[in-house]
Amino acid sequence: MKTVKSFVMSFALSASIGLPLLSLSGSVAAGGAELVLDRVHIDVRDQASLQSGARTFVNQCMGCHSASLMRYSKLRDIGLTDQQIKDNLLFAGEKVGEMMNAGMTRKDGKEWFGAAPPDLSVEARSRGAEWLYTYLRTFYRDPSTTTGWNNLVFERVAMPHVLWPQSGQAVLEVKEFKTADELRAAQLQAKRFARAESVTEADGSHRYLLKTTRIETPGSQTALEFDRTVRDLVTFMVWMGEPEQIARKRLGVMVLMFLGLLIALTYFLKKEFWKDVH
Amino acid sequence: MAASQKEPVNIDFAGPLNRPVSGLLTWVDQRFPLISTWKAHLSEYYAPKNFNFWYFFGALSMLVLIQITTGIFLTMNYKPDASMAFASVEYIMREVPGGWLIRYMHSTGASAFFICVYLHMFRGLMYGSYQRPRELIWIFGVLIFLTLMGEAFFGYLLPWGQMSFWGAQVIVNLFGTVPLIGPDLAVWIRGDFVVSDATLNRFFAFHVIALPLVLLGLVAAHILALHEGGSNNPDGVEIKDKKDAKGIPLDGIPFHPYYTVKDMFGASVFLFVFFAIVFFAPEVGGYFLEHNNFVPADPLKTPEHIAPVWYFTPYYSILRAVPPMFESQFPGVAAMGASTLIFFLMPWLDRSPVRSIRYRGLEYKLWLAVFVVSFLVLGWLGTKPTDFLGKIGGIETATLLARFFTVLYFAFFVLMPWYSARDKTKPVPERVTG
Repeated sequence: MKTVKSFVMSFALSASIGLPLLSLSGSVAAGGAELVLDRVHIDVRDQASLQSGARTFVNQCMGCHSASLMRYSKLRDIGLTDQQIKDNLLFAGEKVGEMMNAGMTRKDGKEWFGAAPPDLSVEARSRGAEWLYTYLRTFYRDPSTTTGWNNLVFERVAMPHVLWPQSGQAVLEVKEFKTADELRAAQLQAKRFARAESVTEADGSHRYLLKTTRIETPGSQTALEFDRTVRDLVTFMVWMGEPEQIARKRLGVMVLMFLGLLIALTYFLKKEFWKDVH
Repeated sequence: MAASQKEPVNIDFAGPLNRPVSGLLTWVDQRFPLISTWKAHLSEYYAPKNFNFWYFFGALSMLVLIQITTGIFLTMNYKPDASMAFASVEYIMREVPGGWLIRYMHSTGASAFFICVYLHMFRGLMYGSYQRPRELIWIFGVLIFLTLMGEAFFGYLLPWGQMSFWGAQVIVNLFGTVPLIGPDLAVWIRGDFVVSDATLNRFFAFHVIALPLVLLGLVAAHILALHEGGSNNPDGVEIKDKKDAKGIPLDGIPFHPYYTVKDMFGASVFLFVFFAIVFFAPEVGGYFLEHNNFVPADPLKTPEHIAPVWYFTPYYSILRAVPPMFESQFPGVAAMGASTLIFFLMPWLDRSPVRSIRYRGLEYKLWLAVFVVSFLVLGWLGTKPTDFLGKIGGIETATLLARFFTVLYFAFFVLMPWYSARDKTKPVPERVTG
């Protein structure tokens, strides 16, 4: 009982100091210009989605990006047969057991784009699904860059918009607001990703800008269809980041069931032994 | 012959195997202190019968030594080479059968180790387990804690991700701030002018053999010292003061079977939580496995925000909180060092006539609470960039907070001789209260 009492006291004390801190962090963080990424629902057990994503990845991303830690044969786990992999995903005489390496070398990439395209094997684990989903959907035409493309999430990115045949070509739209609060409200109300920026002019005044993209030349897919294409691609990348994640969770359920049983057994064992301790 | 003078061992519960088993054990016992060791440390080691929840974490800290087992299997496929290390970890995660499980157990185990050790140390602070005559147990314990920090630091470089690399860079640079010898010292530690392949190789050597060896030795010393004097308990009562006619403490029970079965239960619950993390949330939202560590180390690209893993963040906060003095960062480094080394002094800082928090006055309880809150807040601040709360009067709010709690952290120790001596204590019972 006494331990409990002393604990309640220490807890009360920690709460009295901790709570004001937490509220402080909430209110101040709101002032920063953080990216509000688009949400996306990813299901790594959805084989249709994974296969569609694999197709996009191999056809379009792998022109430049490797997934050097990933074997083509691992794609069996998403329901593809060796024959399907060979017929649909191997174009340059690679073997099914080989690593998913791009034809372009890092040196060439650096020369052509200014930065070597990163290996994408575990990209989803460092960037996160939402970042990738938003990034791949926010390219717009910008004549001031070397590739002619720019991006709302990753400004002046070296990568051109490779998925443009599907998405079409978008242009930048900028709306100006009078106050930071209005800007914030507009950002929260935006249906798709919107980048909020406050620019300080030379005379010290602030301009509050909201940047969005608008499709100017449609592509082969509607906006909704393209969202799904990107979702499938991101699903594939999340799966590829850790191909064992489905097996992991399945095994986990069994291990925890066993340990649950062990907890019950050891509990009663302890109770039995401790009967005679007073 | 001395060997034959020992009583023969008689195992009376082995059924038909009684005679061969007893015979074998007798043969061994006459050549090795088998039965006497078993008795001294388990079946006739009398532990207080009133151990509570907090007493699980000593045994659990030992359980987490399974890090050694998972580590052995990891070294079979890991390559300590700057050009191969990152890919070899992913090779373990993808292509080695069961490799992902071994790796996640090892990465989760590192954090679990610190959770158990922190709770174990907190138990010591609550019940005065460092007080006379247990000073040496405490000192061995603090040495274990320091070795563990080194072990974790060296191990964190091995995956060779961005956080591995830049974390090591930051920490080794700290040694560069030592007056006079600093820069040479940093080069000596790295084996190069930047963290490089040479650094990776030597950190691998420290991580897989040097420090584990030290750690095992210290754990043995910690336990031997404990069994010499006997365990403390939540009442802080010396159970050896009240013995029965046979010389057995009245409030003592043999460690085996009572605490072995109790710890088996504790271990089961611990493993349930541990494996729930391993199987369902091995990254723990970026706290156990940092997101940025899935980007291979790049010496030319400094990450915007370098944060150590959660178990180092309180000390990292203290480091950042102390402003540079005399154009040197060394005061911050010294403060960080002091924040861990100060634990050594506990047995001599505490002047209280009682051990357990149960019989201490309000003042010690409040100070302990202040310490815990400071530790947690500093830990939380250490995971964030210093500008994440904005500024007050030109100084970063987070830095001000960190300074405030750094002062409180040290105040707990530095003021202890005064507040613990004058604190109003309650009378300690003669026997444990259960």
